Amino acid sequence: MDDLKRTILDYVVREYLEEGDDRTLDATTPLITGGIVDSFSMVSLKRFLERRYGIAIPDAEATPDAFDTVERIAALVGKIRSAAPAGL
Amino acid sequence: MAYSPDTRRWYRQELDSIRDAGLLKQERFIHGAQGAEIDVEFPPGTPARRVINLCANNYLGLASDPEVVSAAIDGLDARGYGMSSVRFICGTQDIHRDLEIALTEFLGAEDTLLFPSCMDANAGVFEALLGEKDVLIADRLVHASIVDGMRLCKAMQDTYKHSDMAHLEEKLLEHRDKRFRMIVTDGVFSMDGDVAKLDEIVDLADRHDAMVCVDDSHATGFMGPRGRGTHERCGVVGRVDLITTTLGKALGGASGGCVSGRRELVELCRQRARPYLFSNAVAPPIVAGALRVLEILTRSTERRDRLERNAVYWRQLLVNAGFDVRPGESPIVPVMLYNAKLAQDMARDLFTEGIYVVGFFFPVVPKGQARIRTQVSAAHELHHLDLGIEAFHKVGRRYGVLGKGRKELVEAFGL
Repeated sequence: MDDLKRTILDYVVREYLEEGDDRTLDATTPLITGGIVDSFSMVSLKRFLERRYGIAIPDAEATPDAFDTVERIAALVGKIRSAAPAGL
Repeated sequence: MAYSPDTRRWYRQELDSIRDAGLLKQERFIHGAQGAEIDVEFPPGTPARRVINLCANNYLGLASDPEVVSAAIDGLDARGYGMSSVRFICGTQDIHRDLEIALTEFLGAEDTLLFPSCMDANAGVFEALLGEKDVLIADRLVHASIVDGMRLCKAMQDTYKHSDMAHLEEKLLEHRDKRFRMIVTDGVFSMDGDVAKLDEIVDLADRHDAMVCVDDSHATGFMGPRGRGTHERCGVVGRVDLITTTLGKALGGASGGCVSGRRELVELCRQRARPYLFSNAVAPPIVAGALRVLEILTRSTERRDRLERNAVYWRQLLVNAGFDVRPGESPIVPVMLYNAKLAQDMARDLFTEGIYVVGFFFPVVPKGQARIRTQVSAAHELHHLDLGIEAFHKVGRRYGVLGKGRKELVEAFGL
């Protein structure tokens, strides 16, 4: 698993799993359709990614579908980072 | 015609998919008034059966109390059926203000504004009070109406892990650059029945210069020594900035809700909250009934005391029988089953045994947290609860769930 996915996965585990929740998550675990992250709590994940990587994720792209797995989130972040002007 | 055969087919398929997933909501027709025992027609078209109601929010048994009904009839006679208008145009009567004053006094607040429901209060309050420079920080298990209200508001929104004070403090620090920070929580959480750590929340709010808003719909009227709510239970009366609550549960159960709290915040809701501005006023019979309810609750704590005794008794019966019961002190006593079909099937069998309960599963509760949520009322006599446990025991034994905790239940039934 690359650094980006690992960072997102660590955040999801830290932020969304309650104490004593013994579920093991990986990059393909459904987060929203799996009931781990609700679309409301997803806001904190979006903010974390924006701060951490200095990007702005357009609301139109921050859909429950795009945020459903770590893999998809990483793909979205990767796309936005690669589209950003150099120096950002 | 806009509603073409294809359009109709699409909507039918949507309904079929809900049905196929086992998530179709079916109403049970109650023949008669709300009470400890009710006559229920289910499935529709079958003869009504007398069952014990362990499913209603009629916490204090006031929904069909003769004194309350009589006050509502008097209100109907004296003030009419409805206001035919919104409050600020021509829909406010003096008794609306009387009820706001009575609620203010009951809750120990500075002022109160009535809404058609607590759902409306929650939909209106945040947008009226907060803007882009502010942040709302909510417990992750808050009621759906709070989530909706927060979505309507331009303030930034964030959440903290359920009742996790360390996580809440992290969030308060993270958002220290905001103009206003408002912590939002349920007083008693409707699905689990646990009580918010309101004393700790208020202390944190004081330390970090934040406001606190509590939805006390599942507490007003019976939590705390005088039934004032979670803030009384936690010893922080006067330290909570906003309380939203309902008249639709313990306080008579008809409809109506309110925002109660700091004078300026309530006044700003009166100026800006859209459900207040654009919905009809609470109907006069309900206002008159609610005023009588507050009189009854101020006169004596007998009903909340009985409810407390019933809740303790019922919880102990379930524990003794071997059910996996979520710990707590409120009259909401969830029997944890984890598997949605199991919850659905057991609720159906309990109805056959004369007990009205409903299985709760995703999306009402998180996946893998399916349960039967039982709710006790002051209207229950001990023999209702004894009959209830007999049926629960019989059905629980049939399904082999007695004495099993989460691990064993998940192993036996899956998630």
